[in-house]
Amino acid sequence: MELICPAGTPAAYREAVQAGADAIYCGFRDETNARNFPGLNFTRDEMKAAIAFGRSRGVDTYVALNTFMRAGAEDIWYRAADDAAAAGATALILADMALMDYVATKHPDQRLHVSVQASASNAVAVNFLVESFGAKRLVLPRVLTVAEIAALARKVSCELEVFAFGGLCVMAEGRCSLSSYVTGKSPNMQGVCSPASHVRYREDGGDMVSELGGFTINRFGKNEPAGYPTLCKGRFHIADSDAYAFEDPVSLDVMDHLDALRAAGVKALKIEGRQRGKAYVAEVVSSLRRALSASPQARPAHVAQLRKLSEGQQTTSGAYEKKWR
Amino acid sequence: MKLDRTGEDLLNQKRPMDIPRPLVFAVNTTPLPIVQKIVDAVFRRALRQHPNLFDRLGSYAEKRFGFSPTGLDLAFEIHPATPSISVYRKRQAPDTDAAVTGPLVMLLALLEGRIDGDAMFFSRSLSVTGDMEAMLALRNALDDCGFDLPKDLAGLAGPFAVPFQELANRVRSRALEGLA
Amino acid sequence: MTDEAALKITMGPVPYLWAGEKWRDFYYRVADSEDVDAVTLGEVVCSKRDHFIKPYLDEVVRRLTDAGKDVAVASLALVTLEREAIATRRLAAGQAMVEANDLSALRLLAGKPHRIGPFVNVYNGATAALLARKGATRICIGPELSAISIGSIIAGAPGVEFEVIAFGRLPLAISARCAHARAKGNTKDNCKFVCGEEPDGLDVDTLDGQSFLTVNGVQTMSRHCQVLLNDLGGLARLGVTHLRLSPQDCDMVAVARLYAEVRDGALSAQEAIAALRNLYSAAPYANGFLHGQPGMNWVAA
Repeated sequence: MELICPAGTPAAYREAVQAGADAIYCGFRDETNARNFPGLNFTRDEMKAAIAFGRSRGVDTYVALNTFMRAGAEDIWYRAADDAAAAGATALILADMALMDYVATKHPDQRLHVSVQASASNAVAVNFLVESFGAKRLVLPRVLTVAEIAALARKVSCELEVFAFGGLCVMAEGRCSLSSYVTGKSPNMQGVCSPASHVRYREDGGDMVSELGGFTINRFGKNEPAGYPTLCKGRFHIADSDAYAFEDPVSLDVMDHLDALRAAGVKALKIEGRQRGKAYVAEVVSSLRRALSASPQARPAHVAQLRKLSEGQQTTSGAYEKKWR
Repeated sequence: MKLDRTGEDLLNQKRPMDIPRPLVFAVNTTPLPIVQKIVDAVFRRALRQHPNLFDRLGSYAEKRFGFSPTGLDLAFEIHPATPSISVYRKRQAPDTDAAVTGPLVMLLALLEGRIDGDAMFFSRSLSVTGDMEAMLALRNALDDCGFDLPKDLAGLAGPFAVPFQELANRVRSRALEGLA
Repeated sequence: MTDEAALKITMGPVPYLWAGEKWRDFYYRVADSEDVDAVTLGEVVCSKRDHFIKPYLDEVVRRLTDAGKDVAVASLALVTLEREAIATRRLAAGQAMVEANDLSALRLLAGKPHRIGPFVNVYNGATAALLARKGATRICIGPELSAISIGSIIAGAPGVEFEVIAFGRLPLAISARCAHARAKGNTKDNCKFVCGEEPDGLDVDTLDGQSFLTVNGVQTMSRHCQVLLNDLGGLARLGVTHLRLSPQDCDMVAVARLYAEVRDGALSAQEAIAALRNLYSAAPYANGFLHGQPGMNWVAA
């Protein structure tokens, strides 16, 4: 299985190459990708240089254009697709059907991957995108068990990529407006989730309180491990108790299911984390690279220390195991 | 770059990364203007070597950033747009748009992109306040621009540049291992 | 450009788990309402709830059709299991007009007239036009789009009807995991249908007591109730043809009456909003998304 690694900056890109990535995904410095965070991402020139550097080391580059085109401003996305294709991207990762249609028509030789944001969660949906736009690969949403992925893989006519490590979307990707409900900015439109512009931390009686748009997302005791102020991983009052209503602050780790995913015919494993620093990218990519070639017994040792880098310093297999539901 | 070692070591710290007592005493008693002068020279030299920092910072360069190393009676205010760095005793430190507090060694490691800021935040080793968008922009800009303090600052040591760099590298790796 | 008076009113699918008889009687009342032009119904949120309404669905559709309503059956929003895929296939192959709420339904319905529900991502005119080429005749716009975007989408797909959610809690997210069952100590697979205990959704407050979200089975909804009574004229001018009223646990026929009266100029928006508070006071009102603001905001006329 290929290891697909994140890069939020050219420095992180270089680290990922050195750490053993098979392919690296990254985005332009604007709203055309779902990690549109301040100070992150690539200018056109940086993208060109990164793609060339990757190619010189035998590493592929996927350019993520995985937000939905803003009505009336579609040209921003069309131009980004043109530029990524011209820069020599191995593949474009797309979520918007009209953008897929544009790329399939204007750049018929450009390899097209379907983003997790497109929310194709069953075989018929996957094949619809393959037939309609010539998609070569699809990134599955984090809503399926390993057994369901295996069943789906038998019925689809394209490669499958699944998330293996890092941030865990609790909600079906590409179908979440929680952030825009509170802040006016969303993953689908502006490429942000729980945007930093609306995040505040404050001390309150020894607790650290995280807020989004003035709403309390969590309250951490003095030395309690913390997480991102992500809406779906906050602690709330629900059904007469204070609890993580949707999910704990936790990261995804499916290394326990590696062999099952391989047997299921999954082509590529994706590491989440374009917003993380280059030190994180280097550590996670090299650890997973070692784990991939290690025996199942030796694997846990390679990934155990990654937990400390994770949200809330804990990990989960998420939807890959049925009991998570 | 030995990234994995250092990140792991920092996370495994049982006790806070203490700065040696004599050094704390020296820093806390050195007259502020002298500290300011040294810090100024370091700041200017480092910035000259990494002009791309500002490109990534964009309009957030207009913000005022505070850095407050725990255990030292010092606070730094950085205004990238000027660019300027001001040193204060903690009591007199002005309010900033965004601020980060944590052990000095960690702040320096973060400056160099040797550790992952998010992981330090999850472990509660760092705390951040104020404008998170500005703080994120600064973090990402620093992460990309490849600060390497021993190398960047070696020039200040003139003819002793090479031995300075070696010494500084040694101090850094010992500090990062929590042994300094 | 459409005239405000031409706006049609659609009663949307009940998002919550109601007892089968209650669900049936609700739509029987809707059938008798003069103010409702169209009805979209069916289980959209969770396939485990199917058997609650299944015994009544055909009869309800017949009664609504006989009453002259323009009826469509909505497909499931998140299709992952084999039985869900089969149910979607069966629905698409049937006689009824279908509203597609996931990509598999789009494929199964391609080439024959169908509708698009708010769970399919249509963010621009190019996507709307693409769906129209595959047979879509009416598109219900997703919750987070602003009037500016809606106008541009409509302009990009002439000949298609467009619907917006003008009343009700907004669908914000859907998950493989059931937060509703979890909150009551159950898992999704052994949920005991506890979501039926809250026919208007389960409140989620912040730790500091702020009203925040609503959980409805695997779906997360807004705490606020969308109310676009102030905006009917503007919506018509954008080219919106249908107003969707998403059922809350209140007198929805009376709600439809208020919307119809404002549309027809018989009542001012202000008066209608005041009257609405007597019909549904369980949630604060919001219209922020339409105005390009956080969805929970209320922008006064």
